[in-house]
Amino acid sequence: MLRYLMQRIGLALLVCVAVSLLAFTLLNASGDVAIAVAGEEATAAQIEEIREDLGLNRPLPVRYGEWLGNALQGDFGNSLFFRQPVAELIAYRLPNTLTLAVMALGVMLALSVPLGVAAALKPNSLLDRFAMLVAVMGQAMPTFWFALILIVIFSLTLGIAPPSGSETLGHFVLPAIALGYYSTPPMMRLIRQGMIEALSSDYIRTARAKGISSWKVVFKHALRNAVIPVVSLSAVQFGNMLGGSVVIETVFGINGLGFLAWESISRMDLPVVQAVLLIVAIFYVIMVLLADFINAWLDPRIRIQ
Amino acid sequence: MTSPELVLPKAPATRKGFVARALGNPVFLCGAIVLGLILLMAVFAPLIAPYDPLAQDMLNRTVSPIWLDGGDWAHPLGTDGLGRDYLSRIIYGARISLLIGVFTVITSGIIGTLMGVLAGYFGGRIDLVINFLIMTRLTLPVIMVALAVVAIFGGSLTVVVLVLGLLLWDRFAVVMRSAVMQIRNQEYIQAAQSMGYSTPKLLVKELLPNIFDRLAVIATFEMAHAILLEASLSFLGLGVQPPTPSWGLMVAEGRQYLLFDSWLILIPGAAICVLVLAINMMGDGLRDALAPENRN
Repeated sequence: MLRYLMQRIGLALLVCVAVSLLAFTLLNASGDVAIAVAGEEATAAQIEEIREDLGLNRPLPVRYGEWLGNALQGDFGNSLFFRQPVAELIAYRLPNTLTLAVMALGVMLALSVPLGVAAALKPNSLLDRFAMLVAVMGQAMPTFWFALILIVIFSLTLGIAPPSGSETLGHFVLPAIALGYYSTPPMMRLIRQGMIEALSSDYIRTARAKGISSWKVVFKHALRNAVIPVVSLSAVQFGNMLGGSVVIETVFGINGLGFLAWESISRMDLPVVQAVLLIVAIFYVIMVLLADFINAWLDPRIRIQ
Repeated sequence: MTSPELVLPKAPATRKGFVARALGNPVFLCGAIVLGLILLMAVFAPLIAPYDPLAQDMLNRTVSPIWLDGGDWAHPLGTDGLGRDYLSRIIYGARISLLIGVFTVITSGIIGTLMGVLAGYFGGRIDLVINFLIMTRLTLPVIMVALAVVAIFGGSLTVVVLVLGLLLWDRFAVVMRSAVMQIRNQEYIQAAQSMGYSTPKLLVKELLPNIFDRLAVIATFEMAHAILLEASLSFLGLGVQPPTPSWGLMVAEGRQYLLFDSWLILIPGAAICVLVLAINMMGDGLRDALAPENRN
């Protein structure tokens, strides 16, 4: 088990380094930041000065090494636009994105677990068809469009939810529904499939034969086995939500990591973009690791391999 | 020496049956018909569209569609904030979505299949390296990276296709890898090996036809994925640039009329929905045809 753990952690670290390298080269090898910072009316001398100031005239590998070294100590440099340490900007916005992701995860589970279980209990029933419809629509609707429709209905027409901002928890309800619904379909399919398999397995037949109530069979015996892949998919989806929150945060004006990324990309504020990319990647890697460990812990068959 | 007439033991013949079965599947057929109509609309856009999608008419701005008060048959879907005919823009918008979908899938499909086949067939170190590449790719947040690339290189159709193609190969690689691993040790592959087939010939002539059906399933779902992503990028202002009629961009442009003219966002969004739904239905149908036993 320990060896398995160490292997996974080592691989995760390598992936993080690869992502940081990719993000750095992509953002630095192309486009001239100094020109962007100086503005259109700057003279060649001014641009050269800015280049000197930002250390842009040194070779790329040197700059990458320095950036990574500082990043490991929590120093991501200064934002070109806000003139403020990037770490502070991120620390201020991260809680909003985490709140959104946690609530979205809640919405996803609240939708997918009951619908998935109900659909599995009676395949091809009306309820199963309804669950399929929910899944199919969730996969076809663009998130930003669904989000705007939610705003039109609940904010502008009914007036029961704020259309934008991130001041209170109430501001997160609509965004969480939009983001959560989007990740519902794969989860629901997984639960439905897992439950169908579990319900037709030998141990369930035995349990039923022993006269255990069908309620208990479904929730105690079948769901318990079907839930193993669900836990790991939830962790991965949570990691995805941090990166995918860009669209939703922009629509609802939530002052989070995704919104910061979008703003900074539009302004070519590269230190911020690099840092956000790295942090989102690290979160994702941690969630995947967590999923692996939970899997190994819940399912002894994986550990033994 | 082997004689050229010697016939290899035949691989499990599923392909023909697969296409026939897919066409007999009502879900697939339904999706295919809708996609076919949208395709026709895109190809013959100049013949169908009543107006030039870029022509502005400042005297007829935000005219309502016919089912609302003030609607008029001159503009069945109304006009946008610059007086451009909405129906014409929707018709031309289909071109953007389909172009992005098709070319992204071709790019990502080639990259992903190549990686998956190499990893699955050779295993060992190659497999380790490709697995690492897949993990790294999954760790990159697609939307953020795509936004950054478009911001750097500019929002042309080519840039959007290339960045999406370079980002969306992961599922091709994962599925192809495991498919090839399953097939690798089957008799007909070993027979071809023992007959001295060169590795590229073996991969192309023997392996590829047998994973083609799985490839088709992923290609449909990834095409839908690419279309949705382009819409998101364009919506965020870092995709296809105005005045090009991209459906995602039209939703973004309609945002300022959210309160009084919400049909301006409803129509292009619904168009995206219908197209993606049709493609996904084809994918579902193909998947059922591929594995009828999983349909329950």
